[in-house]
Amino acid sequence: MALPKYTETRYRVWHYSYLVICTAVFFFLIAPLFVIIPLSFNAEQYIHFSDGMLALQPEAFSLRWYEDMVYGTKNPWGIAARNSVYYAFFATIGATVLGTVAALGLSSRYMPYKQLIMSILISPMIIPLIISGSAIFFSLAKLGLAASFPGIVIAHIILGTPFVVITVTATLSGFDDSITRAASSLGSTPTNTFFKITLPLITPGIISGALFAFVTSFDEIVVILFVAGGDRNLTTIPLQMWTGLREQLSPTIMAVATCLIVLSTLILIVTELLRRRSERIRGISAQ
Amino acid sequence: MTSEIRTSDGELLSVKLKKVERRRRTTAFLLAAPLLFFIVFAYVIPIFQMLGRSIDNVQMNEFLSNTHDVMQEWDGTEMPGEEITSTFFYELQGLVEEKNHGKIATRLNYEKGGFTSLIKKTARKLNDFDENGNFLDQFIETHKKWGDIEYWLALKRGTDAYHYRKYLTTFDYEEKFDGSIERIPEKKRINVTLWIRTIFVAAGVTFCCFLLAYPISHLLSVLPTRYSNLLMICVLLPFWTSLLVRTSSWMVLLQKQGVLNDIFVSLGIVADEGRLELMYNMTGTFIAMTQILLPFMVLPLYSVMKTIPPSLMRAATSMGATPFLAFRKIYFPLTYAGISAGSILVFVLSIGYYITPALVGGAKGTLISNRIAYHMQQSLDWSLATAMAAVLLVAVLIVYWLYNKIVGIDNMRLG
Repeated sequence: MALPKYTETRYRVWHYSYLVICTAVFFFLIAPLFVIIPLSFNAEQYIHFSDGMLALQPEAFSLRWYEDMVYGTKNPWGIAARNSVYYAFFATIGATVLGTVAALGLSSRYMPYKQLIMSILISPMIIPLIISGSAIFFSLAKLGLAASFPGIVIAHIILGTPFVVITVTATLSGFDDSITRAASSLGSTPTNTFFKITLPLITPGIISGALFAFVTSFDEIVVILFVAGGDRNLTTIPLQMWTGLREQLSPTIMAVATCLIVLSTLILIVTELLRRRSERIRGISAQ
Repeated sequence: MTSEIRTSDGELLSVKLKKVERRRRTTAFLLAAPLLFFIVFAYVIPIFQMLGRSIDNVQMNEFLSNTHDVMQEWDGTEMPGEEITSTFFYELQGLVEEKNHGKIATRLNYEKGGFTSLIKKTARKLNDFDENGNFLDQFIETHKKWGDIEYWLALKRGTDAYHYRKYLTTFDYEEKFDGSIERIPEKKRINVTLWIRTIFVAAGVTFCCFLLAYPISHLLSVLPTRYSNLLMICVLLPFWTSLLVRTSSWMVLLQKQGVLNDIFVSLGIVADEGRLELMYNMTGTFIAMTQILLPFMVLPLYSVMKTIPPSLMRAATSMGATPFLAFRKIYFPLTYAGISAGSILVFVLSIGYYITPALVGGAKGTLISNRIAYHMQQSLDWSLATAMAAVLLVAVLIVYWLYNKIVGIDNMRLG
């Protein structure tokens, strides 16, 4: 990004102001997240940087809100966390299996009505959640599955599949068919070819689709507002945060939010590793 | 001329090829079938069924089927005759016995205000009616509103099996009893304001996202991978973080006693008494939505910019173009695909936004989705809620169709 020596002054000025603008935008993107973290260690009850915190006095910081999150009786964060993980786990399995199989079909050159079917499969991602939520609620209620564990998992599978379909089809679009043909010509059965050749190559795509499905379910709030129907035993972390935020911003919510930021950092690291692995595999397969 | 080519098992090659192709088509379809059927039955059909509620009035029609039938002859110019009033009396009596009169009262109240109390009061006095006397007079005796012909007209149209009037309400129009369609009184108009606000916010957020995303996507695409990967974290970390976490961080920042106001006060920009109202209004919704949706603009823009060879700009400048001209004529047109992909994505997402406006927007910063949720969960006027949902859905599907035309669903990339 270094400028050549002969650059005119006005372009020099423009270049530096461009860098300043970019810095400001990056700051706008990331700074709000980091405001939460110190506030969760606040010793006081207010969502506010106290003078003690600004002066970095150790007594102004405490872990009391983390204690409240784990042991507090008022907030069922424990049940919420357990439920969130359960729903996300089953929804991820369902969405990944259905989505991957469908993506294999959709990537075939022989797929009939490809565009139409693809639009239908992607629609849960595009249609506003408020519409999805109420429609899924009405249909689950008709089956007697509203406010039930399977009902919520079904709803989350619906919302998660588009992400799996998109990521796996994207991986398959760069897939070299001659590899599988080579396997067949050497006498491998189609099943064997799939498990020995195709699957290992598209695994990064499947895992990143699964991650999307997991996060979609784990963070989902609008549909669960309809489907959980206020049953405290079915509550999730987002639902609990929603209730809390509607009443009052409490430091305990800041503590939960900090934990979620740590979680998203972990997910980010996993996706980055996956991306590198995928690039490496492709680099080898292209040669 | 064409000699018939046969495969080793003696079949015609063309026939054999068709067979293989058909088998492959079937295999491909069978792979997609489970998910397709799941989505169609668990999602697409329920959406249509739900939207059907916006015109569905079958239950009312069944409750008062005889009244509805005899009322078809009545033109509504003068008070209804004895045939109508007596039929209605007996049907209402039946409904009260089955305790269903509350349902019709709620439904009729949408047609004309005051019906809830009218039906409830009448239901209590039904036993006092003399079956040999004049029914209309006795109805008026129990409640003078029965003397107003509009209540009978409301009863007539309120028992039609299907209606479209909720779609008029969606745009703040109403159908008068003489059949004319008029705008509702000004102080009751709320939906049109919300539609306009939603579209403006969606367009505004999309534009702001574009303005903010363009420079950083460019920077990310030209920096060496080492640095760009690091900066990419600033885009991807918010992208993977829970929506509620990001919304609550904006609540912390924007509150009256919040971090931004604290900074302004300590810097002396605003007085302690004059703290800015940044939340519970449009400003809050707008700022928060822009930050939350920004990654959805950066990622498609970045992936397009990454493919533009830097030599093009160098070629343009070497042939005498100023950097600005080269940017305008060469670079910018090459990013159109990324701009349209990102813009449509952000627009579609923001047009249906619900959580952030509900928490940050307060009463002044809510959008159409919040209104739909209100009618779904609080006022329980499901016909109106689903009519609004149908209009919103059509708007989104039009944008989706455009996306498909311009970008193509196959080219959608995430992360």
